[in-house]
Amino acid sequence: MATFEEISAADFFYRNRDIAGFTSPTRAIFSSIRELVENSLDASDMLRVPSEIYVRLSYDGEENPESQVTQVNQEDEEGDAYQLRIEDNGSGIPPRHIPSAFGQVLFGSKYKLKQSRGTFGLGGKMAILYGQITTHKPVQIASSTGSSKIYQYKLSIDIQRNRPIILDRKIRINKEQWHGTIVEFSLEGDYYRAMPKILEYLKQTALVNPYANITFVDPKGRLYKFNRVTTKVPSPPKETLPHPYGVDVETIKRIIQVTECRNMLDFMRTHFHRVGEITSHNFLEFAQIDVTKDPRKLKPREIVKLVQMMKRFNRFLPPDASCLSPLGEELLRAGILKELNPEFIAVCQRKPSAYSGHPFIVETAIAYGGSIPQKEEITVYRFANRIPLLYDEASDVSVRVIKEINWRRYKVSSGMPVVILVHVCSTKVPYKTVGKEFIADRPEVKSEVLNGIREVARQLQLFLSRREHVEKERKRLSVFSKYLPKIAKFSTGLAKEEKEPNIEALLKSVKKIEEEGD
Amino acid sequence: MKKKETETSVAGKRKEVLADLTDLGKKLYEQMSQGVFPWIKMPSRSIENIFYNPEIRQYVLGDKSVRRSARNIRHVKPFTQLVWAAYFADELSRNRKTSTLRDVYYSAQAYEVAFKDQPESNAIITDLETVIGYAREDFNVFPEERSAIFGDLTIEYTVPGYEGKQYNLMSHPDGVMIGPALTSAEFVKTTADIVIAIEKGGLFTRFIEEQVHKKYNALLILTAGQAPRATRQFIHRLNKELELPVYIFTDGDPWGMHIAMVIISGSANAAHLRDLTTPDAKWSGVWATDIVNYKLPSDELTQIDIKRLSELQKDPRYEGALWQKEIKQFMKIKKKAEQEAFSRYGLTYIVDEYLPAKLEETR
Repeated sequence: MATFEEISAADFFYRNRDIAGFTSPTRAIFSSIRELVENSLDASDMLRVPSEIYVRLSYDGEENPESQVTQVNQEDEEGDAYQLRIEDNGSGIPPRHIPSAFGQVLFGSKYKLKQSRGTFGLGGKMAILYGQITTHKPVQIASSTGSSKIYQYKLSIDIQRNRPIILDRKIRINKEQWHGTIVEFSLEGDYYRAMPKILEYLKQTALVNPYANITFVDPKGRLYKFNRVTTKVPSPPKETLPHPYGVDVETIKRIIQVTECRNMLDFMRTHFHRVGEITSHNFLEFAQIDVTKDPRKLKPREIVKLVQMMKRFNRFLPPDASCLSPLGEELLRAGILKELNPEFIAVCQRKPSAYSGHPFIVETAIAYGGSIPQKEEITVYRFANRIPLLYDEASDVSVRVIKEINWRRYKVSSGMPVVILVHVCSTKVPYKTVGKEFIADRPEVKSEVLNGIREVARQLQLFLSRREHVEKERKRLSVFSKYLPKIAKFSTGLAKEEKEPNIEALLKSVKKIEEEGD
Repeated sequence: MKKKETETSVAGKRKEVLADLTDLGKKLYEQMSQGVFPWIKMPSRSIENIFYNPEIRQYVLGDKSVRRSARNIRHVKPFTQLVWAAYFADELSRNRKTSTLRDVYYSAQAYEVAFKDQPESNAIITDLETVIGYAREDFNVFPEERSAIFGDLTIEYTVPGYEGKQYNLMSHPDGVMIGPALTSAEFVKTTADIVIAIEKGGLFTRFIEEQVHKKYNALLILTAGQAPRATRQFIHRLNKELELPVYIFTDGDPWGMHIAMVIISGSANAAHLRDLTTPDAKWSGVWATDIVNYKLPSDELTQIDIKRLSELQKDPRYEGALWQKEIKQFMKIKKKAEQEAFSRYGLTYIVDEYLPAKLEETR
């Protein structure tokens, strides 16, 4: 079960909503759908149930999405008004947290160190906040954790004070022990410009979450269904402590505020990932800090020194990957097969690695042929913590790596139907921006991505070579099948024979030679 | 390749060619009936297997042979083309039709054994010549180039529609074209004592006008430059069957010399064939020494001429004393002269003075 805590309040994001991916009406509608879908996926992952997500976007003020008469304000250049509804079958939210979870920015369950799709506890609320400021309408929420009651709220956000305002609250009997969350609110946006990205987003999300049923009904009433191909959900990540290599002064200060440890030996052992008694001893000796010192008595100068020494000490164990939840080769393969229907797939999951104390795992896949269209360049699908990254492709580490590879070595040339997938999962994906659009060029990450792509590329090369061989053999056979009968015919004519000789045996022997790989 | 006796009867040769083609078909048919990939063996025509044979005074193929098998992926297509060419040749000969190399190239398309280009189909025809040991003219594939003959020789046609019809080759004052019909005709009678082959059309006409055929009892042949193979074969027959000595008159330069030499000893390209050469034929002029002795108007030899001369000097066909002497003389005087150069002494000088002198000299 999620734990909740308040860390900060701000209408900062109201004033700076650009940095969270709400730059334009087009981006706003894309980001809203995306943030809420990701929250829903996280919520069902937490329960380890196969996700069931329903998304409906309709023209605001219309009961019936099938009705296509637009009632939108045409003078408004900021876009049309829409109503967005998202339903999931996730864990639900404990009733007392519902108002804050949806009405208070930077309140959430995602500040612990484990892998989750969202990172900032920001996205869903930004969508609601954006809806409120563009339409002045409240958000409606219904949620249950599977208990006997369903809680329904009507909320708006007091932006200045960063507090939810509860407009209405209802409790209904939960006869069917439903668990999940329903969010519905209005917002302005430009769906038709956003449509290609939204559909691409949903397709790639379905690919990387093959255990999810995702249904989307767009404002024109068009239904898009992405069906699951498995009910196997990857193991959920475990919460983990920060690794000494990954902490900063602020983190240490916060830990000191809450710690119950009264000496440094226990402090190190209790609050840091993979630090036991021996490591703790060794480190404190290295850092020349008294093991008996009370951590609450550390002066600011000493905290800075502690962090510096942590970075310098090279005998900390690397972080383990139990806090990560990669997709796994089997699910990755299933997802690709279902969404891309290729002729060939190779997948690879790299061993866990770490950068700056943050564990990460890279998964790669390559898909070839089948329904994949031929493109001048290799198509790249990028994922981080099981969410697709659709913007700023050129800056992404994976795209850079792919550009640097000499693809001729792998028999891949321009115009081939090739898709490469790169999935990076980490407790802290090294995004470069708050908008979570591309992964930075960290050397450790880059090297894992490179090795992962090489691994699958080698398998593709093998496949292509084998096919080339088969193709060559097929041609061989066709040459013999074409000419031997002619030789028989002309020889018969020359020899003034009546009946042509039987050359079936000869043709058969050619085939046999092929099977031997002659 | 079999060695063949000189065939005096055109009809006999035709029968032999047809029999050989049938044998080839039977052999392949037999192989396939026994469940073996059809194959053939033929002498290699690669440059290392071409030798000059001083005894018969022509190029011949050595002992190396190549085996072509339909079992080999690289051979199966040319093999098919070869079998088709044999089939096509058989059809031609049997139906007494003639064809050309160009024709062969297009005809293949009707049988779905298309050739990539003309050189490819030409090479297959040469393969067929090598396999059965007859020139393509013997299986009715004729060259485009035509040369001519004039003189008192009566022949009897064997081509369809003219069978048994006799014709005297003096009947037309421009000469008679040496085409498929003449090539396949039988010799009936002649009053000629010699054969004179002439490189150029102008001189050929002058010889007829000046009654050279009567004055010297000669058959006149126009080679029109390098003699076509049908013409070389025809000269060979005149020499063998009618036992007429052959004299060749060409321009006085390395190229003229070589026209004469190819009639005499053939070319390396035809090393797989016989009956195309006339080793006893004589090159009667124009020699380098003639340029000096007759004080002929002449041109400077070009670089290319000189290069050609030094190639010929090393060529085994040019080992004879006369050839070596003339090559040296050319190189010494660095001059060349055309047959027409004699006209500076008047139009009939060549016939009245030069010709009898040279015939006497090279007898």
